[in-house]
Amino acid sequence: MVYVTRVEHFNAAHKLYNPAWSREKNDEVFGKCANDNWHGHNYELYITIKGKPNVDTGFVFDVKALSLLIKEFVIEKVDHKNLNVDVDFMQGKLCSTENLAIGIWKELQPHLPAGVQLHGIKLYETPRIYVEYFGE
Amino acid sequence: MSNKVAVYRKEHFNAAHRLYNSQWSDEQNAAVFGKCSLPNYHGHNYEVEVRVTGEIDEATGFVMDMKKLSDLLQEKVLVKFDHKNLNLDTEEFRSLNPTAENIVIVIYNLLRPHIETSLDLFIRLYETPRNFVEYPVFIK
Repeated sequence: MVYVTRVEHFNAAHKLYNPAWSREKNDEVFGKCANDNWHGHNYELYITIKGKPNVDTGFVFDVKALSLLIKEFVIEKVDHKNLNVDVDFMQGKLCSTENLAIGIWKELQPHLPAGVQLHGIKLYETPRIYVEYFGE
Repeated sequence: MSNKVAVYRKEHFNAAHRLYNSQWSDEQNAAVFGKCSLPNYHGHNYEVEVRVTGEIDEATGFVMDMKKLSDLLQEKVLVKFDHKNLNLDTEEFRSLNPTAENIVIVIYNLLRPHIETSLDLFIRLYETPRNFVEYPVFIK
């Protein structure tokens, strides 16, 4: 089994805000991340797949094809967008990095070919903050 | 040889923005600024590098106290821009398009009055890890 990672990036606006709570409670829990008019990040997305190298190609999966899948099913939906407002798979969810990583897994996983398993999503919100999700 | 040294301080802020010229139609904005003009904003992790150049002060051994430089950046720049929407939340970009070029000049002008005139100031601003701008520019 070999693990292969493709790195992509996107820029997006968001805010952390729970509509079931008062403004005061949102400010207390999320601080400046709850700013009404949004803020934003340069997200760095690491997609890791795993599988056995194909005997004919030597590849687990063509990384160019992986890149196109990530672009089509994830980047197109989130890049230069407002995660709270514009992204269908984040509707009704808190736009934390944790939930975004889970959302990205669900968007991408069904499109991988048989024999290629999605191993993990590593998502950097800033150079100093990242989350990992392994589908568990 | 002169005793001039350049000292640097790096800080960062996260902000939303969109590129939009209010004099233009939505179509023209879309044609010029592309997805950067999308109406619901997007955002960046901005990294700002401030360089102060000058003679070393003999009494302190400093060109400029880095803690003071850091505090200045915090008070004059980061408080205004961090976790904000540059178009909506800041007076500086109410009528100025918040491109990286315009942001770097605004940051320079916010800091310049608070740094001794004998010291040179230079700003580098990263909008993404791959896009950055510098001000002022010295053509040799």
